[in-house]
Amino acid sequence: MIQTAAPPTAGAAVTRRPRWWTAVALAAALGAVALSIAFGSRVVSLPEVWQAIVVGGDDITAAAVRSRVPRTLLALLVGASLAMAGVMLQGVTRNPLADPYILGINSGASLTVVIGIAFVGIHSMQGYIWFALTGAALAAAFVYTVGSLGRGGPTPLKLALAGAITTAALTSLTTAILLPRMEVMNVYRFWVVGGVGRAENHDTLTVMPFIAVGVALCALTASGLNLLGLGDDAAAGLGVPVVRTRLLAATGGVLLCGAATALAGPIGFVGLVVPHLVRLVVGSDHRWLLPVSALTGAALLTLADTVGRVVARPQEIEVGIITALLGAPVFIWVVLTRTGVRA
Amino acid sequence: MSATVVRAARRRASRRAGVTIAALSCTLLALFAFSLVWGDRIYPISDVVAVLAGQDVPGASFSVGELRLPRAVLAVLAGASFGIAGVTFQTMLRNPLASPDIIGITHGANVMALFCILVLGLSGLAVSVSAVIAGVGTAFGIYLLAARGGVVGTRLILIGIGIAAMLHSATLYLLVSADQWDLQGAMRWLTGSLNLASWDDVAMLSLAALLLVPIVLVLGRDLGLLRLGDDAAAGLGVAVERSRRLLVVAAVALAAFATAATGPISFVSFMAGPIAVRLVGPRGALIVPAALTGAVLVLSADLVGQFLFEHRYPVGVVTGALGAPFLVYLLIRTQRTGGSL
Repeated sequence: MIQTAAPPTAGAAVTRRPRWWTAVALAAALGAVALSIAFGSRVVSLPEVWQAIVVGGDDITAAAVRSRVPRTLLALLVGASLAMAGVMLQGVTRNPLADPYILGINSGASLTVVIGIAFVGIHSMQGYIWFALTGAALAAAFVYTVGSLGRGGPTPLKLALAGAITTAALTSLTTAILLPRMEVMNVYRFWVVGGVGRAENHDTLTVMPFIAVGVALCALTASGLNLLGLGDDAAAGLGVPVVRTRLLAATGGVLLCGAATALAGPIGFVGLVVPHLVRLVVGSDHRWLLPVSALTGAALLTLADTVGRVVARPQEIEVGIITALLGAPVFIWVVLTRTGVRA
Repeated sequence: MSATVVRAARRRASRRAGVTIAALSCTLLALFAFSLVWGDRIYPISDVVAVLAGQDVPGASFSVGELRLPRAVLAVLAGASFGIAGVTFQTMLRNPLASPDIIGITHGANVMALFCILVLGLSGLAVSVSAVIAGVGTAFGIYLLAARGGVVGTRLILIGIGIAAMLHSATLYLLVSADQWDLQGAMRWLTGSLNLASWDDVAMLSLAALLLVPIVLVLGRDLGLLRLGDDAAAGLGVAVERSRRLLVVAAVALAAFATAATGPISFVSFMAGPIAVRLVGPRGALIVPAALTGAVLVLSADLVGQFLFEHRYPVGVVTGALGAPFLVYLLIRTQRTGGSL
């Protein structure tokens, strides 16, 4: 029997010691930043790090340390965006498996970015971002529609399958565009793995307004999402404009993950793992869930990026690979405990 | 319902299956002949027949005998293997979406084959055998994870999707880190391709098929009964667990051997089964039609990929692009018949 998942926000939106956990998440994010700047593929001693950041200097060591700053900022931003996008998508679909990667949203953004590079000739982040957002929105709408067909509405199983198959199909189309164009392929093959290694501060700044709008939409709809967790009818009875809230929240989520994908390529599972972990400790009130998830996501992605730089020295493992390897087991755990699939 | 009605229905079903198999075989034969004749240079049938008969025809001997023939044979073998593996899983899990390429099993075989080739520097039989072991291991792992408190199809599929995502990222890592992004090789391991088809691959896969297909065919009768549900099948005298285990191993091994030869050709095992069901109807035996459907799919997709566009695309790109429309069709159809996935 397949049942629709128990809504993650079922019942009253409970919180447990939210301020304390916000502080913990903030400390984790700061710790991750420190680690990310201190460790990298080049081994640097702590006094040298201090020297490079605070005093300045122009030797290779100082330059290496300073080059870690933009990628750390990017990792923080992308991690926070993906985690908040995950919260929104899970809240809107009332589906514990919702994640930009699982739902095929990343692959939609990838396809349109490649279309932009190959056919429209765009080469800058100002161009990428529009294509990425369009693709993300189209893919999200498509997967949700397909997953809602049939009896029982959008069950976790149907959404996950629709996402997996859409991802594979869109990847095929992406490949079909790339194959005759070697020069685009060379850019794309590193982008597709998902990484923050080629961070440029001005790219990050270009995307900032989109992320800001996404965050604003999240903040606006947070309390509405709490009530939506009670079910559409109950929420409508309590005076929530159901359709508008859901549309705004979904737009916020898609903006955030489209922007993150434009910046760093498709990175999976951060949007899935973080909200679930945070919900375990903080509870299901979106007004706390969102900020704590953002901090935790920032910490997690920064940490994953640092791990990727350190474990395979002198090579780097792209952060998208690390998050998939860490995230898939959590996905399985969620399937086993949360999807309402019973024997 | 009287006995004569049942008998008549059964006769109709078997006639329909016979017609389907004959039609699919003719299509496959025609496609096969076409793929030998057609190409950058078109050889007359007489030349192709001469090459097949072992005579030396200048030009044709190489391009037909060494390039087109192994490619076409491999397409048929891989398509049939994927088709059989797919329909076995779909029937056993009673879900049209539960094919080995969606629930991570071909991904397991794929990562292992890639690891053996890129990191360990192996080739040939060692690669295939490792891929099979990894495929069976992946299937067993997914089964164990899903088995807590009884195996539920839904849970197994979802866990498989998670495992598939993890293994896919391992594939990407191997490709990126080995710095071995020569396009032919990479495409083979990302979407499946026949561009590197050789007689060695053909030999390996046909050996595997000779060994494994009979097992699946013999157990095919039990498979039909397993469709009725475990209790009913046990009541009809099928040793459910044993049949299931043997079938799973045979199906996984087929998919894994095919993956080691061609890479994971997207969605062939996913699409072959439902198409075969549609052609044969709800009563007929499915394995042979699914094998033929898989072979027709791969062979025709390869022809489309090679000749329909300006650029030559690997077969997996063509079958992959078919996946999403096919899923939509499947969902709409299930909805219309009032079923549930």
